[in-house]
Amino acid sequence: MALPELHRFTLPNGLRVVLAPDPSAPVIGVSVHYDVGFRSEPEGRTGFAHLFEHLMFQGSESLEKLAHFRHVQSSGGTFNGSTHPDYTDYYQVLPSAALERALFLEADRMRAPKLTEENLRNQIDVVKEEIRLNVLNRPYGGFPWILLPALLFQTFPNAHNGYGDFTDLENATVDDCAAFFDTYYAPGNAVLTVAGDLAVDEAKSLVEKHFGDVPARPVPERPSFAEPAPKGELRSEHVDAHAPMPALALGYRIPDPVHDLDAYLVYPVLAGVLTDGDGSRLQQRLVHKDALVVDVGAGCGLFGPLEARDPDVFTITAIHPAEHGVDKVLTAVDEELARLAEEGPSEEELAKVTARWVSGMHREHDRLTSRTLGLGASELLFGRAELLYELPGKLAAVTADQVAAAAKALRADSRAVLTVKPAAGGSE
Amino acid sequence: MSAPTSHRSAEEIGRTERGPRPLPELGEHRAAADLASADTTLPSGLRVIAVRRASVPVVELRLRVPFADPADSAVGSTHCAVAEVLANTLLTGTARRGRLDVDTELALVGGELDAVVDPERLAISGNALVSGLDTVLDVLADVLTGATHPEEEVARERARLVERIRLARSQPNVIAREALQEHLYGDHPFAKEMPEVAEVEAVTPEQVRELHARAVLPRGSALVLVGDLDPEAAVAAVAQALSGWTGEGEAVRLRPLPEVVGGDVKFVHRPGAVQSQIRLAGRGLTRTDERYPAFQLANLVFGGFFSSRLVENIREDKGYTYSARSHPEFTPGGATLLVDADTASEVTAAALMETRYELAKLGMVPPTDEEVDTARRYAVGSLLTATSSQGGLASFLVNLAGMDLDLEWFAGHPVRLAAVTTEQVAQAALDFFSPGSFTGVVVGDAELLAPKLRALGGVVLP
Repeated sequence: MALPELHRFTLPNGLRVVLAPDPSAPVIGVSVHYDVGFRSEPEGRTGFAHLFEHLMFQGSESLEKLAHFRHVQSSGGTFNGSTHPDYTDYYQVLPSAALERALFLEADRMRAPKLTEENLRNQIDVVKEEIRLNVLNRPYGGFPWILLPALLFQTFPNAHNGYGDFTDLENATVDDCAAFFDTYYAPGNAVLTVAGDLAVDEAKSLVEKHFGDVPARPVPERPSFAEPAPKGELRSEHVDAHAPMPALALGYRIPDPVHDLDAYLVYPVLAGVLTDGDGSRLQQRLVHKDALVVDVGAGCGLFGPLEARDPDVFTITAIHPAEHGVDKVLTAVDEELARLAEEGPSEEELAKVTARWVSGMHREHDRLTSRTLGLGASELLFGRAELLYELPGKLAAVTADQVAAAAKALRADSRAVLTVKPAAGGSE
Repeated sequence: MSAPTSHRSAEEIGRTERGPRPLPELGEHRAAADLASADTTLPSGLRVIAVRRASVPVVELRLRVPFADPADSAVGSTHCAVAEVLANTLLTGTARRGRLDVDTELALVGGELDAVVDPERLAISGNALVSGLDTVLDVLADVLTGATHPEEEVARERARLVERIRLARSQPNVIAREALQEHLYGDHPFAKEMPEVAEVEAVTPEQVRELHARAVLPRGSALVLVGDLDPEAAVAAVAQALSGWTGEGEAVRLRPLPEVVGGDVKFVHRPGAVQSQIRLAGRGLTRTDERYPAFQLANLVFGGFFSSRLVENIREDKGYTYSARSHPEFTPGGATLLVDADTASEVTAAALMETRYELAKLGMVPPTDEEVDTARRYAVGSLLTATSSQGGLASFLVNLAGMDLDLEWFAGHPVRLAAVTTEQVAQAALDFFSPGSFTGVVVGDAELLAPKLRALGGVVLP
């Protein structure tokens, strides 16, 4: 299959633009990725990047509160936004007849969002409900994405809670919002992606029409968030009031995906060999042979592979009945990692992982929302939207020796071991 | 927060010299390409629907086998437990393949298969690179006709199922769902979505094999394929691969549900909860009812999408909830209208009051032309976007097949929505959204919630 064509250009104000035409259905995806995530929050303002994401939906110079939602939905579209460690994205997927309208909506809030006290207070309440729903009132809430970084990392940007503490959220002011917007939401700090049923020349002139007069502002220097890997095994226990049985999350540091992409990409393959399908090594050992856990999973990144810059994380998570202690599970994991490091995966194991990756990526890109967001994130983080289409080939090129070496690099003396303990002790 | 450099004020940020700009008009709507399709019933009684959507070289597969409890009661019947073990061991062994072989063969063609069961149906879904379609069909045929439900796999999956039930029943939304189903339907089998632990522990391999032989039947079942395929050739491939899947009788459909009757809301105590689940239910309409398009639009205006009255009130105005929504659930021969919101304990009673207020208001202050048009355009557009992927289209079509509907219904629905008048929506609002025709449950901490809920009324407290 020929690779889909990509067009990219940069407006004079610095906005980077990616166009990805695909006429197979009369729908269009529009996304804006801003180069700021919760790693950039200052101390005392945990959760601010996500709170600010909510405020970007609350009106702009040309659009009253609630108008954004109404205009997208009355055009037949869907929308959302999400905050990640290194970026914040906004998207709309609509019938292609609404392309210009979608560009207008994104441009208006990039140019002049309305940041008001009333909307800020309202969205602080909404975000607190979101945290109650997804973390405080739910078993295993925030496991492991909120809990693991606090153990594995030492510096505030990497270690803090990206959803935020209630006190920090409540202390946020409108002036904080203004400062955050002016600092990080400059057009030169963003990538606009348009994918789907578009004509390239027409889309380009519509982008210029709506985004061209967003004034340029200085783009902040991006600090390095690098910090050394742990020197020893770090352990902590989290008591969960709602969980019916214990769980554990292992966190390991992995290579820098921006500067050493080939080394990084061994790890998604390793994750597949370990936990993808009944025949994978940890499923076989922990679920089927020893019956130690209910489920086990492994993967790159707290939000998925290639979703963050350095430093990134490899995780192994499991939920297990209390009668099997954490050390029994750890021993079995370490034995399987050692065996894989020693003998390497078979050609068949690699072929299975590769075929499922290829198929899985095709399926993911068939959903316009995922494709639009994937192209935008790749362009923002790696400067290469086309990476999305190159991944199957790159993953297929990973060798058995590389996977064995990656398994060996998951060392017990340089990792975080987070355990979740049910408040009731894990029995009935 | 200290900004690294000086910055504008919020007021300065929110305005430009040029001032507000007009919203661009919508461009020309382009119709979706006609989908080539085939829709056939094989001699075995299996209905096969194949649709060509060639966007990626993948094929999506959905099989739906009606799988209701013939004993027809949630109480005292082991069907639910046996069916769960059956679904969890379906792909773990046949005369030709062990569990590992199944996984390996599917993986090598970039594929997967998964089986789940609920009170209505056994659902097998999967996908693969289109070059692997024959492999997926071969594995599917093998498990349908030759699954052995091996002794040791039954034992292991039984134990895992017990653990998974414990995990599920610790989730607030599951606690609320189980309480609501029991409150609405009593001992009707539709109420029993999850078996009891003791029932699972008692399931034997013989029971599973017996249920498989008796109930996994092609007649009454439907298989949907969507992907980069030729529809006629795909149907022929299915006919050949599944030619050995035959059986006496017809897959068991669930009997119609008792109609939801309005009444008090039942309170369910969850000690230590910091948030409550509000779950209301009333009577809805089937997709085939001629009033359905008007009902669909009335529901959207009420709480069926973000730009709805309920969301604008209890989220965007009052901040009581992160998510509130209303949606129809289609059931055999009918439909239930569900209203869900999760709210902090302090504002739960207020949120319930506002929800009832919005229900009443929909009838008293009926949707305007503008509200109806917004909902209509959303209904048409979201149908287009939700079904613009192979997987989305396959899932949508297999659900339609469960209601004996087809691609024609799908293709014709925008036309039906276009014809709905504001008066018809107002009538649907009056007929289906009065607060008195709803009942439901609230799950939360009684200590925190009882005083206000008692004062509000219409809630049965412990």
